[in-house]
This record gives sequence, C-alpha cells and structure tokens, in this order.
Amino acid sequence: MAQTLQPAQRRGPVTGTATATSKRRKKFFLLDLYGTAVGKKYVMAITGIAMMGFVLAHMIGNLKMYLGESDLNGYAEFLTRLGYPLAPENAVLWILRAGLIASLALHLHAAYSLTMMNRHARAVKYQSARDYQIANFASRTMRLTGLLVLTFLVWHLLDFTFGPTNTLGEGTFDRKDVYDNVVRSFERVPVSAFYILANLALGVHLYHGAWSIFQSLGWNNPRFNQWRRAFATAFAAIVVVGNVSFPVAVLAGVVG
Amino acid sequence: MSNAVLNDKLHSKSPKVAVPEMWETFKSDMKLVNPNNKRKFKIIVVGTGLAGASAAATLAELGYQVDAFTFHDSPRRAHSIAAQGGINAAKNYKGDGDSIHRLFYDTIKGGDFRARESNVHRLAEVSVDIIDQMVAQGVPFAREYGGLLDNRSFGGAQVSRTFYARGQTGQQLLLGAYQQMARQIGLGNVRLWNRTELVDTVVVDGRCAGIVTRDLMTGEIVSHAAHAVVLCTGGYGNVFFLSTNAMACNVTAAWRAHRRGAFFANPCYTQIHPTCIPQADETQSKLTLMSESLRNDGRVWVPKMAGDDREPHLIPEDERDYYLERLYPSFGNLAPRDISSRAAKRAVDKGQGVGPLKNGVYLDFSDAITRLGKDVVQERYGNLFEMYERIAGEDPYTVPMRIYPASHYTMGGLWVDYELMTTIPGLYAAGEANFSDHGANRLGASALMQGLSDGYFVLPYTIGNYLAPMLNKPIPGTDHPAFQAAEAEARQRFQGYLDIKGTRSPDWFHRELGKIIWDYCGMERTEQGLEKALSELPALYEEFQKDLRVTGDGGSLNQTLEKAGRVDDFFQLGMLMCKDALERRESCGGHFRAEYQDDEGEATRDDEHFAHVAAWEWTGDPMQSIRNVEPLEFTTVHLATRSYK
Amino acid sequence: MSHLSDIKLKIWRQAGPDQQGRFETYLVPSISDEASFLEMLDVLNEQLIHEGREPVVFDHDCREGICGTCSLMIDGQAHGPQRGTATCQLHMRKFQSGAEIVIEPWRASAFPIIKDLMVDRAAFDRIVEAGGFITAETGGAPDANLIPIPKPVADAAMDAAACIGCGACVAACPNGAANLFTAAKVAHLNLLPQGQAERFKRVEAMVETMDEYFGSCTNHGECEAACPKEISIDVIALMHQDYRKAKFQNRKSLSRT
Repeated sequence: MAQTLQPAQRRGPVTGTATATSKRRKKFFLLDLYGTAVGKKYVMAITGIAMMGFVLAHMIGNLKMYLGESDLNGYAEFLTRLGYPLAPENAVLWILRAGLIASLALHLHAAYSLTMMNRHARAVKYQSARDYQIANFASRTMRLTGLLVLTFLVWHLLDFTFGPTNTLGEGTFDRKDVYDNVVRSFERVPVSAFYILANLALGVHLYHGAWSIFQSLGWNNPRFNQWRRAFATAFAAIVVVGNVSFPVAVLAGVVG
Repeated sequence: MSNAVLNDKLHSKSPKVAVPEMWETFKSDMKLVNPNNKRKFKIIVVGTGLAGASAAATLAELGYQVDAFTFHDSPRRAHSIAAQGGINAAKNYKGDGDSIHRLFYDTIKGGDFRARESNVHRLAEVSVDIIDQMVAQGVPFAREYGGLLDNRSFGGAQVSRTFYARGQTGQQLLLGAYQQMARQIGLGNVRLWNRTELVDTVVVDGRCAGIVTRDLMTGEIVSHAAHAVVLCTGGYGNVFFLSTNAMACNVTAAWRAHRRGAFFANPCYTQIHPTCIPQADETQSKLTLMSESLRNDGRVWVPKMAGDDREPHLIPEDERDYYLERLYPSFGNLAPRDISSRAAKRAVDKGQGVGPLKNGVYLDFSDAITRLGKDVVQERYGNLFEMYERIAGEDPYTVPMRIYPASHYTMGGLWVDYELMTTIPGLYAAGEANFSDHGANRLGASALMQGLSDGYFVLPYTIGNYLAPMLNKPIPGTDHPAFQAAEAEARQRFQGYLDIKGTRSPDWFHRELGKIIWDYCGMERTEQGLEKALSELPALYEEFQKDLRVTGDGGSLNQTLEKAGRVDDFFQLGMLMCKDALERRESCGGHFRAEYQDDEGEATRDDEHFAHVAAWEWTGDPMQSIRNVEPLEFTTVHLATRSYK
Repeated sequence: MSHLSDIKLKIWRQAGPDQQGRFETYLVPSISDEASFLEMLDVLNEQLIHEGREPVVFDHDCREGICGTCSLMIDGQAHGPQRGTATCQLHMRKFQSGAEIVIEPWRASAFPIIKDLMVDRAAFDRIVEAGGFITAETGGAPDANLIPIPKPVADAAMDAAACIGCGACVAACPNGAANLFTAAKVAHLNLLPQGQAERFKRVEAMVETMDEYFGSCTNHGECEAACPKEISIDVIALMHQDYRKAKFQNRKSLSRT
C-alpha cells in the first residue's frame, strides 16, 4: 500500500466495484464485527471499560490503607473469599482475573492490529511538520502511555502479588500482609517515582480513552455530549490522585 | 428572415398535436426496445453532471450498456455541484396558483420568446417528477416544521416554486444523481472512465459512431465505439475567462461535435448573472456567484450621487437609489437576470458604482435583519454569507454585500430536436450543452430542472426511438478508418501545441480572448463592437497558433496541454459567438444590442425577422460558418413584449 | 487593495506516481492580498511557464469551495490555516509579507500521488459505490410530500450531506482514516426515512469497503477541524452505532427499528 499508482497501461474503466464485496463470505457475526476497524474499536472500548472498572475499584479498595493495617489486610482477605460460601474461596476472584486478563489481551491485540493498519494507511509520512489543531498530547501518545502502563503492570504484579522484587527492608514478602508490602515497597524512592510516573501515564491514557469510549461505542447524544469530556477528565483525575496519594503518603510518613 | 438559410436538417420532430399533448403523444408513439435487447446496445455518456449522471444511471437501470466519461477525478466534481439557489417544479405545494402551464409560460416569457414551445412544455411537465425522484434519492431539501417541503421564490416568477437545500441545491442534486450512478458502477452496469477527456466525435455513414478520448493521466488517445453518444458537457461560459464557471469548464466536446457536423445554435445567448462578487484584482481567476435567492430578502441599491465615497451606512435613505424597486415595482428585486444585470451595468457606467474599484452595487440585508432578525437571515443564507465573508473579507451582516453581473450560463449550445438529438443522427446533447429550453434567457433555478429533466425523463425515452431499428445490425468498430483518422488527427493536434514552443501560456491567451469577448460580446453588444471583435479575434488566434508555449510533454499528466486544447476551441467558438451576435439584429433576453432598445433602455425584439433559432453549420473556418434557421412557432403562448414592471 | 511581497513557497514536486519527490523553493515577489491562495499559485505557474519550467500541478476546479477538487497541506494543515475553508477559498490576506509557506500533497496510501500536489481520491468513489446511495430507480418514486420529514431530521441529514469529498479528513487524520467522509454519507442517508430500508446493508458495505483502503479512527478529532464544511465527528459515532446494530440486527424485523 505504498503511495503509488497502478501502471499506466492498466488504466481503464471502473465498473463492478461492489459485486466483489457482496460475495465476501460472512463469518460468525462477532468475528465479522471484529474483522473491521470499527469492530476492533468496540473491543477496545468494552475491554477499556472493564479495565477502567478495575482501576477504579482497585484504587478505592486500596484507600483502606488509610484506615490502617488490619483494614487493608482484611480487605485483601475479603477479596479471596468473594462469593464464598456459594463459590469456593478464590474462585470468583479468579473469574474476575480471567476477565481482566482476557480484556487486556484483547485490548492489546486490537491496539496492535489497528496500529499496523494505520501505519499501512500512511506508508509515506508527511515530509513537513504537521500543525495539529485538535489532536492532543493524550490522543497522540496512547501507544506510549499504554506501553508504559503495561510495563508498570508487570512490575506491579512482581512487586505486590508475587513478591520477587519486594525484598527490601525488614522481614520477608508475605503475600497476605499487603499493608507491609506496600509500605516496604514505597519506601524505596525510585519505586515510588516509577509508580507515580506510571500512574500519570495511566491518567493521560484514561483522559483520551475514557472520552474515546463514547465515540467508539456510538454513544452520542447532544444531551450528554458536553459531559463526555468532563467525565473522562474527572475519571482520570480521581484515579490518578487516589493512586499517587499512596506512595506520597508512605514517603511523607503519613502511612507506615 | 434576414440573412438566413432554412435547412431541412432542422426539423424539430415535435409531434403534430397541440403543445400540451405532445409529450404524451410522443411516449405513446415512440418505438421501444425490449428489455432483453437493451443490453445489446452500448451508449456513451460524456460528462457526469446532473444531465450526464442522471442519464447514465437511468439508461443503465433500463439495461443498456453505458460508458460514462468525465475529465474529473470523480463524477461528483461536475460543475452542477456549484448551483446554489434551487430547482423549479410546478408542484403547486404552496397553493399559490402554480401549474404546469404557468411554469411553461414563465419559462417561455423569461426566455424572451426564443425557445421552442414543445421542449419547454415537456420540461414543465416532467419538473414535478424530478422532485419526487430526488426526494426518493435522499436529497435533503429544506422542510417546514410540519415535515413538508419548503419553497422559495426566484426571479421572473410570481409564485413560490423553487425547492432548495440550503445554498447547496446543486450539490445535493448532483450527489443524488451521482450516487444513483455510483450504484450502477458498483453493480457493473456503468463503466466509468475518469480523468478522460473527449477530443473528437466520429461520424460514419452519417451517424455518430463513437468518440475519441484522451487519458489525462497518460496522454493516451483512445477510440470508443457505441450505438449512440450523449454529450452532457455543460456550457461555454468560460469563453469570457472570468465567469462563475469552474476552471475546467470548456466547450471542447460540443465544439468537436460541431466540427463534425452538429449545428451550434444561438451561441450569442449567454447569461450574465446579476449577483456575483465583483472582480477584486488583476490576478482574479474566476468570479463567484452569490445565489439569486439572496434577492428574496436583499435590496439592491446604489448611491444617487455618482462618485459617492461615503461608507454605505453613512448614506441616508433618500440619497439611495433602489433602482430595481423603482423601475420594476411588481417584481422589484426579483426582476429576471438579464434585466437586473443591465440595470446594474447602467448604474456602474453612470459612476454610481461602489467598492474600492467602483465596480459593484450594494445588496443590502439590513432591512431583512431588522424585520426577520439575524437568526432567520442566518438560517436562510448563512453559508452564502460565510462564503462572501471569506472571499471579500467583509461581514455582510454589518456591511452590505457588493455585487456585479458576471457570465454564468449559456443558453446557446448544440442544436437538438424534440428528441434531444443533434443534427448528427445518434449524437445527443443534454443539459446546458444543448440549446433547447431557455431561449434567450434562463430563469433562476431552471438549469437544474433542465439537466435532470433531460437526463432522467427525456433521453431514456427518446433514445430508444433511435436505437430500436438498429437491433442486431453491426456498427463500425474502433478499427474503422474513421476512428483511426480521428485518433491521428487528435494526436497531431496535441503534439502541435507542444511543438509551437512560443512564449505565452494558454492562460495568457485565454485572458486576452476573454477580455475581447466581455468587452464586445458581453452584457451589451453593438454592431461596431462586434465587428471590432471579429477583426481582433482572428489576429489573436493566429498569434495563439504561433506563439503558444506549452511546457512538458504529451505522455503524462500535463495541465497546460489540456488547457491549450480548450483555449483553442474557445477561440473558434468566440468568433462564432460574435458572428451570431452580429447577425441577430435585435435585442432579446441575454442578447442585448444597444441599437435595439426603447426609450427606457429596455430590449426591443424583432419578432418579424428573428423569431427563429440560428443554428450554425461548420465549414472549416469559424468566420465562414453558415447560419441556418429553425423558425419558432408560438401556438400556445402569444408573442408579447416582456414586461416586469 | 494592498500587496504582499516576497512570499517564499516550499512546494513538493514529484514528476510521477513512482518517482522520487522533493521540496523546491520558489519566490512570488508580489501578490495582491485580495488574491486567493490558488490564484497565487496561478501567478507562480505563469512565472514558471514564462521561464520555460514546468508549472506546479495541483487539483482545483470550482474555486468556490463546493466541488471538493482542491486539496493541499499548507503549513501542516489540510486546506491551510483558516477553519471551515477549502484551499480555494483561502485568501492571501491571511498571510504576511515575507512568509514562508510549505505546501505538500495529501498523504495517504489510498490517495496515491499522481503528480506534484495532485492525488487520486478514487477510493472515496469506491466507498460510495459500495452502498452510499438509496436504491430508487428512476420512475418509481412516490410524491415528494408523501413522507413528511421532521425539520430537525432534514437539517441533520443536510449537515452531513454537505460533505464535498475533498479528502481533508483523511489528510488531517494522524491515522489516515476516512471515518468522517464515510460517516457523513452514512449519516446523511441513514437519518432520512427514505434511507431506512437499506440502512444496515449500507453501513456494513461502506464501513467494510472503507477498511480496505484507510486507517482506523482513534478519535483524535483532527478531521473535524480540517473539514471545510465543519462536519461534526458526531456522525462517526452514529456510523459506529449503526454498524454494531447492523451486525446484531435481525433483518427480518427491520421495520421495527
């Protein structure tokens, strides 16, 4: 798809252009939907909503840190017993985790294929500087902020869930002693700095993503359009402020 | 009849019944092609504007093989797209007394009794079907709050019969027709050749056998054979250089057909539109029209005192001359185009012009804004006001617009009979390219009507009448010597432009040509001036042939070379135009001869000697063309002096 | 009327589709501020022909902002710096004497360069051919006033239908997506009662054809800013909605939508 033309001798009349498309064999309708960029954006948006729900709940849950060690550790314990005794321990948590992992995988796959599609769509770039009017820092750095958050996610799991990187200070990593793990981790300034940076990236990602959802899902109504941007800004701000407060509180000695 | 030849080729073939019954009679009597046989016929449609796109779509729907040609990148670029104001139809949705007869009568009268009654009546009849068809295509015409279609008034009519889609009616109609054609392209029933220009028509054994085209991207000259050819290639208003036409509009297709035997009718009938933005500087490449619909609410005036330099708002009411309201009280600011244009010219010539170059008159909306409020005015004309603001750099909500007449439309064109066939059998002309419906002056909102009427509702019927007897008879292929000769001639012509290697660009010649035509064959013509033009034009044309410079080569995209070919044809047409204007010793509609006017400066027709169509026959030299005539008979309306007082 | 002097133009020159292109610099010594941007290029071209050089090829036609033929990336903005304005309606009064103006063709794989600043936008026609129409063959139409259309609906359809097909949306989009063009046509036809019968078939065909040529929409909003008709990206949301419905809709109950 380079920006070139068919050779001159092939110029001839255009006809029958729609007959080929109508003969295209239809797949199962969801796969069919996912086959187009519009469908992939649906997937981006829906998985985005799932992950937004997670980051918000995660942040709110972690606020228990301010209530003290027993509250936070109790909350962690509660999560493992979600739906218990109807469901065995950890079962519901793992269902939720599976959903999140699937969301993340789909989000990444859709993002990757759309990026490749967009690269092909402009194989030859502009040779002079662009002067963007509306496209902002957030919308143009989605890939960058997304990758940063992904990297952080890996570190974050190693640090707080599996523990191999959480080795500093007194004592050893105990998965159940969440409060201790958090405090020990954030006392390392570089870790806190990375955490803050990643959360700012998450905020920037959400600032565009949470707005973009509405367009991608076709939720557009003059009655609420003006609130779409406000929602995205508020959502991003709440998540960032909540999350960033944790390392700050630890470093400032408020918690710990 | 003065200086005229009656030619037996000029039979209108109108059915021999009363005018209102003609179309029904024709449809009952015409020959039909069986649906299964239609696919055996190939029809070439050149041009994809309103007439071309609607014809190509409809013919393809009927089952014919259609090859459509456009020199644009896409059919949607055709200049029909620029029509702003609206489209007339005798729907009488307003219940204000409109009828088919009244639209017919208004069109004949508006054309100053120089159009053929039979064609015009048919136009009025099918006008109602056009609106139905276009609404079905999804054209978003303006609506009332109740959901029914809205109408507005246009010049030369006392009823509201104009349907509109904001100030973009032409665009919406063209997109409707284009989309209908696009569907046929998608289905494989129309083959579209884009960026391909007609450079010749081919006549074999007295019938049109096909065309020769040039691929604008590769310079390749190719022949195309067909059972019939339809030219929907628009008007020749760009002969003036400065006109409201698009830059690429040209006469080439019609002219090349003319050179192969199609008579060219009434070339001197050109319309000068009264509401265009005046020329602002010497580099101006085109003039921009401001829709006639603006005259619904705008008032035209000039200062009473010549050379008045005051800002418009400083000129008190009693020192303003609302000359249209004063001279034509019953039509006021909605007087027909030719009349309004000449009135503006008279005012500017008397020194009452306004603006930095003193070359305009005011079109003032302050009364309308006071009466209706800015919101209503914005709703009606918002996009036109914005367009004016962009071009002129002034805000028409606060400063009156400045307007001046400019060449806009050409009523003349290829002579066609009732079936829209030219004097070459098998070659048809539709839309602005033909001469048939507007006489000496076109009413506002009638061009769109005519283009769509020809393409949707006339040609698809009449073409079968010609094709039916040709069933299963072989037609000459592109290997016929006539095609080969035409191809060779075209190659030679384009190589010729490149080989001159002179010093001046095609644009330079075009500009000079335009000046001569505008000065002597523009809004006001005199015998002396036309003779002067006819002496200057051949000299300039000779210079063109000796001193033209075309850079680049003929084997790839070359806009200068394209332009050279078009200017060449404009030169030849320009000479014919002046000859026609000289020979028509009367004033009628857009053709105003200063010698023939009454005491008040109104046009004086000479029905005794000139109630005819002048159809020119090519002889090899535009200065020596033969003037044939088709007498016009008026059986349904009575010849009368046009009065809009 | 005053004049601007010494306009420096950095223009992309490319001899043909597969040729190597480059920027070349030209000087327009003097130009009226009333001149349009394209008239300024006309002046340059006359100058070039006079010097025996090949003039700059650019697409243009009506020069009143409606045909959509003109293009040009001017100083990094599609159709130049004035909002809601096609290149042909941009006037030199928006520039200063001594300005350096960079002019580049639209860049998108679906818009191959033909020569210099001229590109081929035929991909747009393919999208329309796929479904951008209402099937109503000539002759069978009912009376135009048979179906009343609420004014707000007619107005919204008209807003979308104002698209001139210039391709600025694709040119401006960081992803080279044509969602605004496609959605404008979908919205025009899908909002109207006449368009309901083919509503979902249309949006499917058009979106899927669009996908063959163009990039994807990531909601930058750059297209709306570049659109000479200022068509809102609201239409894109509408298209997305209709596309989803098209995939889920039971076509046998179309009349209930």
